[in-house]
Amino acid sequence: MSQSAEKVLDHFELFREPEYKEMFANKKENFEYAVPLEEMKSQVEYAKTWEYREKNFNREALTVNPAKACQPLGAVFAAVGFESTLPFVHGSQGCVAYYRSHFSRHFKEPTSCVSSSMTEDAAVFGGLNNMVDGLANSYSLYKPKMIAVSTTCMAEVIGDDLNAFIKTSKEKGSIPAEYDVPFAHTPAFVGSHITGYDNALRGVLTHFWDGKAGTTEPMVRKPNDSINFIGGFDGYVVGNNREVKRILNEFGVDYTMLCDPSDVWDTPTDGEFRMYDGGTTLEDAANALHAKGTIVMQSICAEKTAAFIEEHGQEVARLHHPVGVAGTDEFLMAVSKLTGKPIPESLTKERGRLVDAIADSSAHIHGKKFALYGDPDLMLGLTAFLLELGAEPVHVLSTNGDADWAAKVQALFDASPFGKNCHVYAKKDLWHMRSLLFTEPVDFLIGNTYGKYLDRDTGTPLIRIGFPIFDRHHKHRYPVWGYQGAMNVLVTILDKIFDVMDADTNGIATTDYSFDIIR
Amino acid sequence: MAALRQIAFYGKGGIGKSTTSQNTLAALAEMGQKILIVGCDPKADSTRLILHAKAQDTVLSLAAEAGSVEDLELEDVMKVGYRDIRCVESGGPEPGVGCAGRGVITSINFLEENGAYDGADYVSYDVLGDVVCGGFAMPIRENKAQEIYIVMSGEMMAMYAANNISKGVLKYANSGGVRLGGLVCNERQTDKELELAEALAGMLGTKLIHFVPRDNIVQHAELRRMTVLEYAPESQQAEEYRQLAQKIHANAGNGTIPTPITMDQLEDLLMDFGIMKKEDESVIGKAAHVA
Repeated sequence: MSQSAEKVLDHFELFREPEYKEMFANKKENFEYAVPLEEMKSQVEYAKTWEYREKNFNREALTVNPAKACQPLGAVFAAVGFESTLPFVHGSQGCVAYYRSHFSRHFKEPTSCVSSSMTEDAAVFGGLNNMVDGLANSYSLYKPKMIAVSTTCMAEVIGDDLNAFIKTSKEKGSIPAEYDVPFAHTPAFVGSHITGYDNALRGVLTHFWDGKAGTTEPMVRKPNDSINFIGGFDGYVVGNNREVKRILNEFGVDYTMLCDPSDVWDTPTDGEFRMYDGGTTLEDAANALHAKGTIVMQSICAEKTAAFIEEHGQEVARLHHPVGVAGTDEFLMAVSKLTGKPIPESLTKERGRLVDAIADSSAHIHGKKFALYGDPDLMLGLTAFLLELGAEPVHVLSTNGDADWAAKVQALFDASPFGKNCHVYAKKDLWHMRSLLFTEPVDFLIGNTYGKYLDRDTGTPLIRIGFPIFDRHHKHRYPVWGYQGAMNVLVTILDKIFDVMDADTNGIATTDYSFDIIR
Repeated sequence: MAALRQIAFYGKGGIGKSTTSQNTLAALAEMGQKILIVGCDPKADSTRLILHAKAQDTVLSLAAEAGSVEDLELEDVMKVGYRDIRCVESGGPEPGVGCAGRGVITSINFLEENGAYDGADYVSYDVLGDVVCGGFAMPIRENKAQEIYIVMSGEMMAMYAANNISKGVLKYANSGGVRLGGLVCNERQTDKELELAEALAGMLGTKLIHFVPRDNIVQHAELRRMTVLEYAPESQQAEEYRQLAQKIHANAGNGTIPTPITMDQLEDLLMDFGIMKKEDESVIGKAAHVA
């Protein structure tokens, strides 16, 4: 049956109609030149073996499904966290379409970002004209307070010099001389999105603190009592930043959140389109220099920024995406140490509630085996939390985590009795993870949306934690930091455990003696 | 400690850039300066006279072996040679593939991030040929080399290249701090070479820093993979390089923004010196007469 206006079939149903089934079969038979089914099946089975796993781990030249994105994505993240700031990516349009859609698919919000629209002639003659015109257009069309420039592969290969280009653009009058245009070189083929976040954030701070690319005197630090908070590249930024603000307000400390996209990625539907909303004000970004110290919540994600801040005389507390009781304790003690203020009673009470919740559910989570992958800081936080719960994070994998990161994960394993049989895998991809899941199966997989293929192929139920999460909505609104955040993570894990338990016990008159109302 | 001086040697291929720069830097080291050489030429021959080596393992070849530049340590790529001069070669792809310019950018970023410049009085970039793309302009960007020295001779193409390099410097001079330090003429024994070099320097708005006379002792030293300073420290040629080194040392802050000339002006210059004849259109495109 073909489509009719009365009853429009969507893709779920339409392609199951006989004519489509026939068409697909015909296509496969006559055009796909597929290997015989038996051969394919045996290959599928072979890919589950230890022998294949060893070959897979000896892979040198190929990456399959890396769990990371490229630098400019992180640079765009950092840029939208500032007040009325337009991210400007010097490069081709396609790259920028990817950053916009990637964030929009995760946050379900538009992400404003422009490119300098480089084409082949720009690759040959250099992208100066694109920069000059692009800055002028962005400035007059979108009226941002600041334009934060980053680069793509193309501009980096031909060696475009942002500093010189931006100065020339100002000389040519495309933007006013005193207009704020921080910049960062973010070659997409180096590092990952966390490197780009780091470079871009440092670029913004360098701009304000170190004399705006030689156009003003560098600022002189006059230490005050406030602190800075840097969250890092964080898929939960909407929920997390609000939760962190609540926590810092409970403390009663004066703080600046450096890079805060929690409003622009959560604008209300009230009839008004907000291209910009909230964010760190430019004044606050500049005055952040005077803070007593800075809390860096994901320090692998802000390595250079943290070093830069330290060089300017501040104390820096380096954390690794703390999740859970001990993790949050560490975070709160860092705030307390920097500010000299005691941990508020209200937060201590929240801690007690979290401990209580963990105790209530301990029977179900204790001893469960997990595989997890994602950004290096997130992996450290989640590994620590799982060990705290008495679970075993058997495989911990990161594509953009290096040997130093792996040593930190190993130290967590070594410090816990539950870490005895756990392994860490640095610079590995999701195809490696596939082999791990086949050869050393676990109870649950923790990762982003791309893990659903591993779930399907290996039968390991996926718990969606990380970035990006495209196929479930609104997860970014719920914090994972603070005691409340840890509670959310705990519940997310438990929900999946119980779903799987129900699915495993719902056989009528076969297994449903355990299909219980109470878990 | 005085502020770090960053200089760069540019010039037409085969003009003797690497030889001149290594000898001059050896002389600077003799004056007690702590030197770091960053070779930015895929041929990777910018440090052989200092290291007495055929060719140094380059940043990019080691990175290719290790998987990525992030896997390298500074010690892997930095070698120490004559008078504790530290040497790094950027290296580059095989001829005909890849992008050597990006290699230069990658290498310099790596060196900066890993603190290669700490404790040096001089960083010297030795750069291949012309400023042919953005990558080879990396050493002239802001916060990199403050002074560019162009090695040239009295040959037309060497002067043409010198003019082109001046264009590259000019591009970055207005927005950044890079200046043309001067020309270094490496004698080829062409007609009126000194006068021509001085005249070109004048037109480019700079000066001829030194005229290095031709001396076979340079070849003798080269064959032994040594600088003249080390091979024959008492020789007249070593003295020439010492003079050049002293002039460069005294030239801090004296660089200028170059005023490149057109091809016509360059040809006029050659005519003025009688090297080309004005009404010589008849010879253009004609083969030599065989008797």
